[in-house]
Amino acid sequence: MSKKVLMVGNVAIAEGAVLAGCQAYFGYPITPQNEILEHLSKRLPELGRVFLQTESELAAISMVIGAGATGVRAMTSTSSPGFSLQQEGISYMAGAQIPGVIVNVMRGGPGLGNIGGAQGDYFQAVKGGGHGDYRIINLAPASVQEMMDLTMLAFELADKYRNPTFILVDGFLGQAMEPVIIRDAVTKFPAKPWAITGAKGRPKNLLDSFEMNPVNYPSRVKKLLDKYEIIRRNEVRFEGLLLEDAEIVVVAYGSASRSAMSAVKLARTDGIKAGLLRPITLFPFPEKALRELSLRIQAFLVAELSGGQMIEDVRLAVGLDCEVDLVNRYAGVPLPAEEILESLRGIALKQRKN
Amino acid sequence: MDKVIYTKPEAMEDRFTHYCPGCGHSTITRLIAEALDTLKIQEKAVCVSSIGCSVSSYYYFKCDGLEAAHGRAPAVATAIKRCRPELYPFTIQGDGDLAAIGTAETVHASARGENIVLFFVNNAIYGMTGGQMAPTTLVGMNSTSTPGGRKTDTAGYPIRVCEMLATLDGPAYITRVSLHNPANVRKAKKAIETAFRVQMAGLGLSLVEILSPCPISWKLEPTNALKFIEETMIKQYPLGDFKVIDGVKALIEGVNPCSPK
Repeated sequence: MSKKVLMVGNVAIAEGAVLAGCQAYFGYPITPQNEILEHLSKRLPELGRVFLQTESELAAISMVIGAGATGVRAMTSTSSPGFSLQQEGISYMAGAQIPGVIVNVMRGGPGLGNIGGAQGDYFQAVKGGGHGDYRIINLAPASVQEMMDLTMLAFELADKYRNPTFILVDGFLGQAMEPVIIRDAVTKFPAKPWAITGAKGRPKNLLDSFEMNPVNYPSRVKKLLDKYEIIRRNEVRFEGLLLEDAEIVVVAYGSASRSAMSAVKLARTDGIKAGLLRPITLFPFPEKALRELSLRIQAFLVAELSGGQMIEDVRLAVGLDCEVDLVNRYAGVPLPAEEILESLRGIALKQRKN
Repeated sequence: MDKVIYTKPEAMEDRFTHYCPGCGHSTITRLIAEALDTLKIQEKAVCVSSIGCSVSSYYYFKCDGLEAAHGRAPAVATAIKRCRPELYPFTIQGDGDLAAIGTAETVHASARGENIVLFFVNNAIYGMTGGQMAPTTLVGMNSTSTPGGRKTDTAGYPIRVCEMLATLDGPAYITRVSLHNPANVRKAKKAIETAFRVQMAGLGLSLVEILSPCPISWKLEPTNALKFIEETMIKQYPLGDFKVIDGVKALIEGVNPCSPK
């Protein structure tokens, strides 16, 4: 029988990694994700696996490259300023098709910002962040349970597509404590004939992103781009709440979606037909679902903990005929449900007047 | 019957390299391949290339290879060794890679005493990008970014990597060799072999600094480039061992040193 325990979000990520068979973790301390590093510093050596506190986030991501290249499941975790440093290695990973999981427990920014929860790294994580033509699978948990479950999924998808995968979560969820059902440990892992295991009885394996011959390079990048199209087709995940008869749809992820869920339920008691679409994958984005909703719904409200980043993807998906409003908080401050409710009331009032 | 006394090492690929005529990288490639042959570890060796002229060095060995971002090769090699201790990762890094952008990774891999091998190719210049100042460029030496020669008031002083790292407790074997004549090439070969043996014996980190000619960026004839190493470069970068822990001493002097651990 599955065990249910109280757990902090960051620890749920760490335990999710353990259950997913993560053999190696490399990290550098930064708030608000330190519980992941601290938890694994004890947990992984107990299991005979690799834990290493690195000299920087640059070294940490480079070690994820080295570990992932040998075919083992590897992870690093960081928070926004450290995530910026890791973009270098992430771009190399994407180019060399080395799987690995990178957790970003986002805090306020830009710059050093503050240590409160935020979603200001959406552009960086979802659109690229590093140099060159590549995409990263982004998973956005909204509960402590999902922090465990999606971390496990992140390892699976990273291996499946030979691509880095992000867990993009805000600091509020990282620090939140909730009951979690402990999942069964993964026991089956995919074969990795491409891995660096020593060139014995086979031709040597090379893992790189470099191409000296300019004639060969476009076809190489094309292979990556084709892979991202397959990911777009197959890996979209989202959750809908009260969408069937909704007249206004709130779009929110992470802890903002929790406030949004409360706001939608409160709005319903007010007679406002509100619904919620919560993207679970930010890349690939649930653009088709939003597009379909836009055929019968004209009002969307994006709730996010940033100056307004995901709203650009919502606008692209629903087109110019729909009104897309923003309700947000930023700089490490949570977004109260009441504020989203106020925005919903305002939109409903405008709809009635029209 | 004729006896073959000189041939291409087994562990070396049969292909052209991208190195310039007179460049020390070609010699280093050969010496590493010879060591892989001698120690019979080509099937377990992993070449971690860096950024600079060593960028595609993994093309030239018949062993697995991996690319590291600029300066990060010691971190990449660290993870390979930690995750698969049966493998023998080695890096080939230039002076810009190892002693400028990768200083942190170099120092900390050394401080942790990772059981890896770092080959540090010191030619005192950024060769790949066209001859700019390196952290090891000599005072007064011309480069495309130090017109009129490196001046200490604005560009500071060259870094002596071996001396600096030898102050740490972590490393097992730190030595500086040179390619400026056959006798020294033979010494370089021995140092490269020793570095691998240190890893095979699980003794810790080895760094072999190799003073290496770059005739193109130095704007010297290949023979004059070798003379430049002998007459000028060695004064700044004296040859010899800077750290040899007791275990390594025993290994160098001991019997049957080649059996893999």
